[in-house]
Amino acid sequence: MSMLKHVGVKALLASALVVGSTMTVLEAQDNVQLGQPVTEQALQEWDLIVLPDGTGLPEAKGSGVQGKVVYEQQCAACHGSPGPLAAGAPVLFVDPTSEGSGALRTVGNYWPYASTLFDYVRRAMPATAPKSLSDEEVYQVVAYVLAMNGIIAQDLELNNINLPQIEMPNRDGFVDRSHIQ
Amino acid sequence: MWVRAAMSDFQKDNKNNDLEHVAGNGLLNRRHLLGLGLIGAGSLAVKPLFAAEDSTMSIPQWSKVPGRGPSEYGSPSPFASDFKRLAGGPNPALPGGGASRSPLHLLQGTITPNSLHFERHHAGIPAIDPEQHRLVIHGLVRQPLSFSYEDLLAYPQHSRVYFLECSGNSGANTGAVAGDSSAAALHGLVSGAQWSGVQLSTLLEEAGIADGATWITATGADGASMGRSVPLNKALKDVFIGLYQNGEPIRPEQGYPMRLFVPGWEGNVSVKWLSQIKLTDAPANFKDETSRYTDFLADGKALQFTYPMGVKSVITSPSGQMALRRIGVHELTGLAWSGSGAISRVEVSADGGRTWADALLEGESQALALTRFRLPWLWEGGPAVLQSRATDSAGNVQPTRAAVLALYDAANRYHFNGIQSWDVSAQGVIKNVYA
Repeated sequence: MSMLKHVGVKALLASALVVGSTMTVLEAQDNVQLGQPVTEQALQEWDLIVLPDGTGLPEAKGSGVQGKVVYEQQCAACHGSPGPLAAGAPVLFVDPTSEGSGALRTVGNYWPYASTLFDYVRRAMPATAPKSLSDEEVYQVVAYVLAMNGIIAQDLELNNINLPQIEMPNRDGFVDRSHIQ
Repeated sequence: MWVRAAMSDFQKDNKNNDLEHVAGNGLLNRRHLLGLGLIGAGSLAVKPLFAAEDSTMSIPQWSKVPGRGPSEYGSPSPFASDFKRLAGGPNPALPGGGASRSPLHLLQGTITPNSLHFERHHAGIPAIDPEQHRLVIHGLVRQPLSFSYEDLLAYPQHSRVYFLECSGNSGANTGAVAGDSSAAALHGLVSGAQWSGVQLSTLLEEAGIADGATWITATGADGASMGRSVPLNKALKDVFIGLYQNGEPIRPEQGYPMRLFVPGWEGNVSVKWLSQIKLTDAPANFKDETSRYTDFLADGKALQFTYPMGVKSVITSPSGQMALRRIGVHELTGLAWSGSGAISRVEVSADGGRTWADALLEGESQALALTRFRLPWLWEGGPAVLQSRATDSAGNVQPTRAAVLALYDAANRYHFNGIQSWDVSAQGVIKNVYA
């Protein structure tokens, strides 16, 4: 690695301008600029962040009917299957009208945004092989989990337009404390 | 029975001692810390539980042979093998997930050795090749930029000592029944270290913050690509990219080759294996800032983005599951910290909070760092409840357990900073207790 790589262009220019003066090492270091320009285009596949307004959702689609198949293959071993005796780690299905308590605060009665479910499943699930689902499969599984929580119809085809429009039952259940720093 | 006999001897021998009591049940003036060794050895009538060793000294075997030579990377003495983290077992539902806790009851000072710093993972520790790793800063910036590890090492480094605490630390004491647990098990999700790295503001300035940016959303390169959102004003204030921990490259379990470090805030926002900082106009509402790390209130709502850790202290020695082995003067010592400033005061009680005395704060208390406190305590063989109560430079006083519980739903486990009570029995056995 050549030394030039470690000296930013600005630092070089600054050095040239102050030849013979007393620019300190620290002043020169302040001008280190080594970031390589990248384009948002190049980051599109890599950036997995999905915001509540839908920013970052890929163009694909999937329904809960399709998602049942994916869920049973990829998710049920840990999370269990929906039903009155749903059990798993963590539990994903709950009557959305029930008040959450303890571990039973989950998608149906606690999560404020559907975008979070998509974001998390795509980046972190299944736990044994994260990021192995296609975008289509993520939409399908998200649709299935939302449908089994009674939030959407099982045959609704979710996409990047209608997913952020879903009103989660506990949307207004949070008190923002980010101003306390 | 030995206790009673020892006590009367003690009282007799101790009659002429000049011990200045500063609070109930044996708390002594801090100046007696200086004389601890002397008092312990003689005039204070210490009663050891074991007979004195044979007093004939001989030269030990290891003084008669050459020892082993130097090594490239040191390791602890095999005789100090109990200095270990308290590590949870494997979690089949979340491979690599879990936590290990610092052995607070065994440690001294305020710097946690790198091998003993607590850890908490959501998808295990990734094996990252630093040459291939990149940190990308993008979103609402004028020019998205990518940085290699080697690039970041070339920037001016900034070193500061900070505590790091998981927001679930001490959460066990929100439970209905006080568990018979050690200080490590209860409070070991806090550690202190000197962290070095590059100020995030430097890199954000280089990328150019665009109009409308109010948050950073950061994700890691672990299997879960765990993400958290941080308001931009905090990011510009004191957040940095951590590259070194106590002088050496940060450990894999701390985010090698680089982590976000957000001083004073719940540990989860200091995203490890950091690979992405995206500037946005809103928080991402990641799983770990909605489903988790939100604090249940009694009215069914929940607090979100509760970032600074509350003012807290704990007596680490003596502490839960330890036992006092002799009648006499003991040093009470522990740690205090706050996410809202420096520790300005730690009070200690030996009578369950009826009377308090100021502990000695060791060294100069630094903002958002661990502070060690000490106070001598004369144990005469009776029951005691030891407590500590910290105050920070912003004026926050550590609340009682009951006061914290009153703020939340019973199921909440995050941000518990209630006063810790250690019950000392007449036999010297120490247990976690709610008092």
